[in-house]
Amino acid sequence: MSSNSVPTGKPVKTVDMHIGEAVPGCKKKDPILVVDGVSRTFGGLTAVDVEHLEVPRGAITALIGPNGAGKTTLFNLLTGFDKPDTGAWTFEGTPIGGKSAFKVARMGQVRTFQLTKALGLLTVMDNMLLGAKGQIGENIFRSLLPFLWRKQEAGNRVKALDLLTRFKLDAKKDDYAASLSGGQRKLLEMARALMSEPTLVMLDEPMAGVNPALTQSLLDHILNLKAEGMSVLFVEHDMHMVRHIADWVIVMAEGKVVAEGDPHEVMRNPAVIDAYLGQHHDEDLGEDPDAEKEHVGAIKELLDDEL
Amino acid sequence: MIDWGAIFSNAAVELISPTTAAYALAALGLAIHFGYTGLLNFGQAGFMALGAYGFAISTLSFGFPVWASVLVGVGASVVFALILGIPTLRLRADYLAIVTIAAAEIVRLLFTTNTFDALTGSANGLSGYKGGFADLNPIPEGTYGFGPFEYNAYDWWLRIVAWTIVVLACLFTWQIMRSPWGRVVKAIREDEDAVRALGKNVYSYKMQSLILGGVYGTIAGMIFILPRAVVPSNYQTSLTFFVYAILLLGGAATILGPVIGSMIFWVLLSFFSGFIARAVEAGWLPFMSSVQAGQLRFILVGVAIMLIVIYRPQGIFGNKKELAFVK
Ligand SMILES: Nc1ncnc2c1ncn2[C@@H]1O[C@H](COP(=O)(O)OP(=O)(O)OP(=O)(O)O)[C@@H](O)[C@H]1O
Ligand SMILES: [Mg+2]
Repeated sequence: MSSNSVPTGKPVKTVDMHIGEAVPGCKKKDPILVVDGVSRTFGGLTAVDVEHLEVPRGAITALIGPNGAGKTTLFNLLTGFDKPDTGAWTFEGTPIGGKSAFKVARMGQVRTFQLTKALGLLTVMDNMLLGAKGQIGENIFRSLLPFLWRKQEAGNRVKALDLLTRFKLDAKKDDYAASLSGGQRKLLEMARALMSEPTLVMLDEPMAGVNPALTQSLLDHILNLKAEGMSVLFVEHDMHMVRHIADWVIVMAEGKVVAEGDPHEVMRNPAVIDAYLGQHHDEDLGEDPDAEKEHVGAIKELLDDEL
Repeated sequence: MIDWGAIFSNAAVELISPTTAAYALAALGLAIHFGYTGLLNFGQAGFMALGAYGFAISTLSFGFPVWASVLVGVGASVVFALILGIPTLRLRADYLAIVTIAAAEIVRLLFTTNTFDALTGSANGLSGYKGGFADLNPIPEGTYGFGPFEYNAYDWWLRIVAWTIVVLACLFTWQIMRSPWGRVVKAIREDEDAVRALGKNVYSYKMQSLILGGVYGTIAGMIFILPRAVVPSNYQTSLTFFVYAILLLGGAATILGPVIGSMIFWVLLSFFSGFIARAVEAGWLPFMSSVQAGQLRFILVGVAIMLIVIYRPQGIFGNKKELAFVK
């Protein structure tokens, strides 16, 4: 992505969240999510192997790493969409390892997907309403008695419309979600997740495929979540975005957490550069000039600390 | 010469026949499964068989009153739905399809086998269970109606009860589908992981949907046997496919679709069979025996349904806009 998509205003960063050195797996003063010894293999491939990881509360944490580093797999494990081979983790102090996905979501840890999951043949408004928690009319017997749930439904509608307005989707509220563009679907998925008033929002590449103008507003939305007291963990490949909004960065490579730290510090960490180039470190880069250019670009971007 | 009047009046009779009502109700059950929740139930014939046998066996072998026989059938289908759903609803959608088609066949074969002859009548089936239902009839003896719709008191009673049930089922389905419950099941049809990520117990909703649509099928099975006898060969997989044809004809995610679809299906079937039988008699189809002619009606109905599906793929009541997005 070009650097002109980076918003200009500097957001207020949360600092000083960790205890001791900023090393992989370092302790946080107020962690919301604590992961211990989580591993997941697919056949012979170890997709995730995290010894210890703490995600700070009330901050925006970025999870970065090259393609195939295991970021999405870790998301799937932590949200109950996949089962680990080993490991345990706690959310707000409660062990939630092995809990099914819907229970994790009910506890306030809500995620979005790398491959957007808009519910195509539902209207945008219905997509939003689905996100609301504790709906009386979602019980089959009570659904027969509209007077029981009509008021709650009206309240949810107001809330949904408010969120849709913030995400500039209010004009589309009666359209099928299938008619939205890719970027609008990303926005809808995020807005829908917010309907449940989560405490930890986990966004898997929320900015992928979103045009610069929308990226700007998405970044503002993510910053808003923090302002409203939510914790955010997001996966992103664009380093400019990460540097701009993240308070803390966790770097994964080949399933492991290889570095952690302040977004500006962490980019200088040799382990991070290694992580991004490590995949092809032993190969002769000269063989493929395009790849080489890409790598050089990646390193430059990583080290580029203009902001 | 062909007696067109007889052909048309025989066809018209199917509009309100109890069989049409039974198929409409079974198709409405499939609408809940397939059209709204996205569950591929290919065992609706099994649910219908459980209704038919549950009712008939309770009445004949155990002397249960009508209401208790109905409850036995409904109970059996709830158990059947649980047996089908518990192992498969956590898996991909196609597993349910495979399991339901096999389970429905197992049910039919169990009712056909000689082992349980004393209860099921094996291949001969069962009859003589209608007394209790006829006794409830408040209509005085006699024939009523006009034109082709002239029936005796029992036949009217049966039609009134059958269509009342269909109307009630339509209202019930309409209400739950416009509620938040309906929103969740429709969302499950679109993408169940997204629904899970929003904190809904997808497995439980799928189970509720499977049970509800199955109970519709079971009650349809009871209506189906009231104008005829219970014959196990009626519950072959082709029955499920006819019900699917009706559903697609009317529109999969609609309330009125299954009802109108069933009416069209049965009127067309009756029209073609009347027409072909008389055409053979009149010597119009010299290359065909009357047995072959009997099969031809299904071919013609199939062609008619294909035409409708090609030129109106969303079904008669389906929403064209919705279909524009089907991948
Ligand atoms: N279901 C699966 N079966 C087999 N291998 C898998 C599966 N899911 C992921 N993997 C493998 O696990 C590794 C990590 O994948 P993952 O999707 O977590 O990467 P990622 O960090 O999210 O990458 P990206 O940035 O490209 O999204 C990859 O090597 C991938 O091939
Ligand atoms: Mg990923």
